[in-house]
Amino acid sequence: MPLNIDNDVHRFKQIVRGKVRRDLRKHMSSTELIGKEQGKVVRVPLPQIGIPRFRYGDNQQGGIGQGQGDPGDPADGQAGQPGQGQAGDQPGEHELEVDVSLEELAEIMGEELALPRIEPRGRKEIQSERDKYTGISKVGPESLRHTRRTFREALKRQVASGTWVPEDPRIVPVREDKRYRSWKTKSEPQSSAVILYMMDVSGSMGREQKEIVRLEAFWIDLWLQHNYKNVQSRFIIHDAAAREVDRDTFFRTKESGGTLISSAYKLCWEIIEADYPPTDWNIYPFHFSDGDNWSKADTQKCQEMLKEQILPAVNQFSYAQVDSEYGSGQFYEDLKAAFTGDERVTLSRVPDREHIMDSIKELLGKGR
Amino acid sequence: MADDAFFFRSRRGLPVELQEAQAWIEGIARGYGLEFCETVFEMCDWEEINMLAAYGGFPTRYPHWRWGMDYIQMDKGYEYGLQKIYEMVINTRPAYAYLLDNNTLMDQKLVMAHVYGHVDFFTNNAWFQHTNRRMLDQMANHATRVRRHIDAQGQEEVETYIDMCLSLENLIDPYLPHIRRERSESEREKEQVRQASGFSKMPAKQYMDKYINPPEFLEAQRQRQQERLEQQARFPEEPVRDVLGFLLKHGRMRPWMSDVLSIIRDEAYYFAPQGQTKIMNEGWASYWHTTMMTRDILSDSEVVDYADHHSGTVAMRPGQLNPYKLGIELYRHIEERWNKGRFGKDWADCEDVATRRDWDTGAGLGRQKIFEVRRTHNDVTFIDQFLTEDFVREQGLFTTEYDKTAGHFVVDSRQFADVKQRLLLMLATRGNPRIAVTDANHANRGELELTHDHEGVDLQLEWAQLALGNVARIWGRAAHLVSRLDDKPVVLHHDGDHFEIEKPAGKAAKKPEGRP
Repeated sequence: MPLNIDNDVHRFKQIVRGKVRRDLRKHMSSTELIGKEQGKVVRVPLPQIGIPRFRYGDNQQGGIGQGQGDPGDPADGQAGQPGQGQAGDQPGEHELEVDVSLEELAEIMGEELALPRIEPRGRKEIQSERDKYTGISKVGPESLRHTRRTFREALKRQVASGTWVPEDPRIVPVREDKRYRSWKTKSEPQSSAVILYMMDVSGSMGREQKEIVRLEAFWIDLWLQHNYKNVQSRFIIHDAAAREVDRDTFFRTKESGGTLISSAYKLCWEIIEADYPPTDWNIYPFHFSDGDNWSKADTQKCQEMLKEQILPAVNQFSYAQVDSEYGSGQFYEDLKAAFTGDERVTLSRVPDREHIMDSIKELLGKGR
Repeated sequence: MADDAFFFRSRRGLPVELQEAQAWIEGIARGYGLEFCETVFEMCDWEEINMLAAYGGFPTRYPHWRWGMDYIQMDKGYEYGLQKIYEMVINTRPAYAYLLDNNTLMDQKLVMAHVYGHVDFFTNNAWFQHTNRRMLDQMANHATRVRRHIDAQGQEEVETYIDMCLSLENLIDPYLPHIRRERSESEREKEQVRQASGFSKMPAKQYMDKYINPPEFLEAQRQRQQERLEQQARFPEEPVRDVLGFLLKHGRMRPWMSDVLSIIRDEAYYFAPQGQTKIMNEGWASYWHTTMMTRDILSDSEVVDYADHHSGTVAMRPGQLNPYKLGIELYRHIEERWNKGRFGKDWADCEDVATRRDWDTGAGLGRQKIFEVRRTHNDVTFIDQFLTEDFVREQGLFTTEYDKTAGHFVVDSRQFADVKQRLLLMLATRGNPRIAVTDANHANRGELELTHDHEGVDLQLEWAQLALGNVARIWGRAAHLVSRLDDKPVVLHHDGDHFEIEKPAGKAAKKPEGRP
């Protein structure tokens, strides 16, 4: 029976969606959401969704407690009426957090930023096989026995044969009654993508800059995961030399040293060559830097590597420049000069957190 | 209405063993003198139970997202095993109570015993006297009316308006249904006129009149009378705590709006007595489920589970007050006092510790007394009259204060007077600040002035701002709230679009004078 409340639940979800969407810019520039990621859902704080009432301010009002302790001892928690589910009881008025699935969040972002859906490149569709339990059969292993069906069959047989006694409702299945789950093997198209994050950890990339990168990476992950069934992420940090690290280290490494961007591109290409044949994978390198390369010669080298190696293999190469006090940002200008008109390269500048949303739109707006 | 009938008719009946249990427990309850109307138990799965809980126990409510919100939160709570609603019963005739279908038989019996306690309370307690016992139909009618408005006005429009009304849901006067005005409004008005027109003249013989009542004196009288009249022209004459009712009666709104507002108000008044008697009602039901379970119902094999579940309901987390626990203990305390004759002047005058400890006149009036208490009291008068120093000490009650430096609540006092006062204050307001309409023609512009009766705790400003905005929007003109913040008088203004806080100049102006 459909419950009456389904409509109310649906309406509530609509409202939540509307609120999340309206506050998307705020959510995108705060780290709050990232910490609240749990499995497949994000807890989104929605302080303004409750119904406002005249009520007392928090943390002022004393209450009544019961138990041990001398005056001055902590009273463990606030006194008051615990929220028993009794008719007519008001739910507690605490700050609301609503679970929004990552899938839904990605959709909201897609709608709000008008991001085109990515069309995976055809040749990269690979087939995978999966067993799905769909039917019932009369033979099978005992471990797959469908108990309820089995007993239902037995009951039917007993009733039909007149051995069913309602006063003594005993059902004994025989061999013919047994039912088993059966499966079909299905092949599903599967599209895979790999995201290669590269980040400059030279002296000029400070805390705030890294925080911005972390935020961008969260939303990029979200969007690509929404578009591909299987997404992997790899992380490269570089100063004068590049190395691959895990996600945690990527966001936590202390800044040091100079900047040799080509070292990162070289490592990136090595990883692609070794693990991700372009025929099977959709490849997305993202590079974050403050744009201060060591030398003109190195920048030249980078551009050559991009043109000759990386670009032909990837769906899109993205460079996001996180402005810092020290960086000149020359690299952005250099790339712009070299690749204007090349569909495979997207460039973006992120002066501060407020611009993360715009930057994401620039980076993912091409639908490649 | 059709909805409900469907909801209940389509449900499966109780299984035989529960029907038997119900008949048995009903008999036991009546045997103890509980009086209750017919009680219908419905078996529900947890989704249905959660829906009913979100709807406040009723199968049909007007469409609104907050039921959905509550449902989602409860649903999650169940999945995580955090909360399990044990009992839910609504105050209607017949009373409907719900049983969760995968509870054990012992749990079902416990719930039934508890529910009969509640139904007895609903039936007999004076504060429920004026509640509508056909609320099941009423709620369904409300739903139909709101749906009709939605069809005519559009969902957004009606929903926004419901949000506004709900935001003022707590601005009602829970005592209102019990006050019978001795004189009708028109009589009161007549009397005002009478008082206002005549002014007192000293009795005097005609020839003495101009000496005893000189013209100057009469003139002064006349003026004073005039002032009084002006004061009385203030409307409303006395603060009105039923703000929703006032808005409904005097606010300028379209018919569908006043219909929605009256629905919200009716439902708020319906639920109000349950808030007023939480400790008594839960205590009473708990008292009877323990009494019946332990004396009559439990079989040997069920004792351990019962003890486990019962202790769950009356458990007190450190530093928290559990209404079930406080209620049941206080009934027991009263029962013991009246059984042992510990009441009256002799008892009150006795100060000898040993005599008091052994005091037992064998009066045996305990049971009779608690039945009487459950008939006439509400939580406030219950605590006021029966909370004793002994009880506070035995139960280890204390008041708590928020320690700003430590950032948590600390034990403040174990003094009887402090505990009692704090409890009474908490129960009198129930977390709802006392706010009343004091002037409906503020500044002679037809604006609404509300006054907050400040008992030492400030309003939460952000929400007060939003709620005041809703007052202004429903009233149709600006609204003002007189209150205090940080120990200074303030007036909050909201004209529906803009919010302002005015701190009366008195204190602010003094500051610069400090130095020449």
